[in-house]
Amino acid sequence: MPIDETFLAQQSPEEPGSKPQEKKVNRSKPPSVWRRFGLQFGIAAVGLLIWTMFLVAAPVVFTKPAIYLAFASTTPLFLIIALGLTFVIITGEIDLSFPAVMALSMVAFTWVFESGGYLGVAFLAAIVTGAIAGAFNGYLVAKMGIPAVVITIGTSFLFRGLGLAAMAGTGFPLTDSALDPLRQILVGRIWLGIPMQFVWVIVIAVLLWFLLNRTRFGSHVFLIGDNAISAKLMGVNLMWTKIGVFMLVGVMAGFAGLIASFEVSYFWPTLGEGTLLNTIAAVFVGGTSPFGGAGSIFGTLIGGFIIGSLNAGIVSAGINAFWTQVVFGLVIVLSLIMQVVIQNRVRN
Amino acid sequence: MNDTDVVTPVIELRNVSKAFGEVKSLRDINFHLNPGEIVGLLGDNGAGKSTLIKTIMGFYAPDPGGEIYFKGNLLTDWSVHKARQIGIETVYQERALCEQQSIWRNMFLGRELRNKFGLLDVSGMRAEASRLMSEHMGFTSTAVHPDNTVLTMSGGEKQGVAITRALYFQAEVVILDEPTMGLSLTETKKTLNFIRSIKDHGKSAIFIDHNIFHVYPVVDRIIVLDRGAIAADVTKEDISIESLMDGLQSVARTGSWSA
Repeated sequence: MPIDETFLAQQSPEEPGSKPQEKKVNRSKPPSVWRRFGLQFGIAAVGLLIWTMFLVAAPVVFTKPAIYLAFASTTPLFLIIALGLTFVIITGEIDLSFPAVMALSMVAFTWVFESGGYLGVAFLAAIVTGAIAGAFNGYLVAKMGIPAVVITIGTSFLFRGLGLAAMAGTGFPLTDSALDPLRQILVGRIWLGIPMQFVWVIVIAVLLWFLLNRTRFGSHVFLIGDNAISAKLMGVNLMWTKIGVFMLVGVMAGFAGLIASFEVSYFWPTLGEGTLLNTIAAVFVGGTSPFGGAGSIFGTLIGGFIIGSLNAGIVSAGINAFWTQVVFGLVIVLSLIMQVVIQNRVRN
Repeated sequence: MNDTDVVTPVIELRNVSKAFGEVKSLRDINFHLNPGEIVGLLGDNGAGKSTLIKTIMGFYAPDPGGEIYFKGNLLTDWSVHKARQIGIETVYQERALCEQQSIWRNMFLGRELRNKFGLLDVSGMRAEASRLMSEHMGFTSTAVHPDNTVLTMSGGEKQGVAITRALYFQAEVVILDEPTMGLSLTETKKTLNFIRSIKDHGKSAIFIDHNIFHVYPVVDRIIVLDRGAIAADVTKEDISIESLMDGLQSVARTGSWSA
């Protein structure tokens, strides 16, 4: 049969005797879809696997929409920030201060709102506060050259402390009916009870995909994370790109702070505590390289929903809640191992 | 004297020094590069060659007192981005590639093409990279895909990307920092032919290499650096390759030029 012959002809160079030739044949093909998006396939497969496991373990829960609506309302609270954090991690940096920025942004919101400002202005105040906090982080990292992991611990205390001091430790109820329009936009329920924050996650993911893959800024994010010296030698502005990625996380933290507060109609100055590890885990489970230079918005999106579904999934699957942390840890560790294995395979 | 007789150098350095803390990498360099001229820059490791070209490129700022002129204009607020904008391209010793990224991203590193909406013109860059690779790098259109990562290429192919990148942007001045390092014989020949072609196009180049048998045939003038200062500046007509070798040896031994 002719098909078999061509198949054999293609197979023959892969004999161990003619190894260099095989390498050349390999290179002569444009990179396969697997080569280029292997990691994304891997993440999607992990997501499907976990979902199937839940489906088998607790079919009553996972065949009804209620659990998915619950995921859709809780996951965005940290996933929105994770999408922004993907940029920071691709440049090879890290931000640990975003939980505190969530609260600080809300302080700005309540101040403007309480002093009789327009709702839109109060919203902008929260976003701008996030941007300024991010720019401060970025400046300290990019201009002063302080390692991000250290300095953002410092700014984290600073932002959290400012927030607590400004609120004198008390909360702020967001039940005023004047807030309703914004509540509807941020966390309202639409068709089939789908929460607005889920819509926002998708909208932000699409926008950030364009920012990462179709703008100079996004290009420079990849190039700096890959090889900062090379990027600098070729005239890429390291400082502004890095300040930019930190500002992006700040803005996302401000937005997520609003959503998280409006979801419970109350602003606690401790807002954001407990989101740190989920958010970072979402980015790494999503296949963004811990070495910088590689990562994807799609991966973080899937990673976020994997992280977001684990807790509820494990409990409803009837596993003792004490085991949730173990499963959580296993998923993260295995994801990182998978990432390194796939990357090595793609390289060779 | 007629003004038109005086050739304005493309690049001129006046009293340029560069110190890194206690280490004086460059000491009072006076250097010029004329249009259509290829200058070979020789010198031992640590003589200041790389510092000199990184200063010309705007990567380092010269110490106060030093001045850089481009076509007779004093440059202030000098940066790599500006240098590339006015047409100075460099093929760095370290190649300046981002290896996890695709070939097209590396070709357009720092100068990404954009469409009318300000978004990246990805298909345009892919097509252009593909064309450059087949026309200038000798790859058949299917040999290496522009979406391949640089990681998968050989040393010569990587150098090809760095050189093609410099060529693509129609540079006035091309600076090559040890471009033949780690290349095979045929790849070296290709690179030397490329350097000759720069002159044929009326552009200028600075060529740095340890191998004077590579440098001598293609250059018009040779500058020898020693411990951050210019030890010799001779045109090729004035020196044979033998006396050049003697001169370099005397610089290495005694620190002074005698050819």
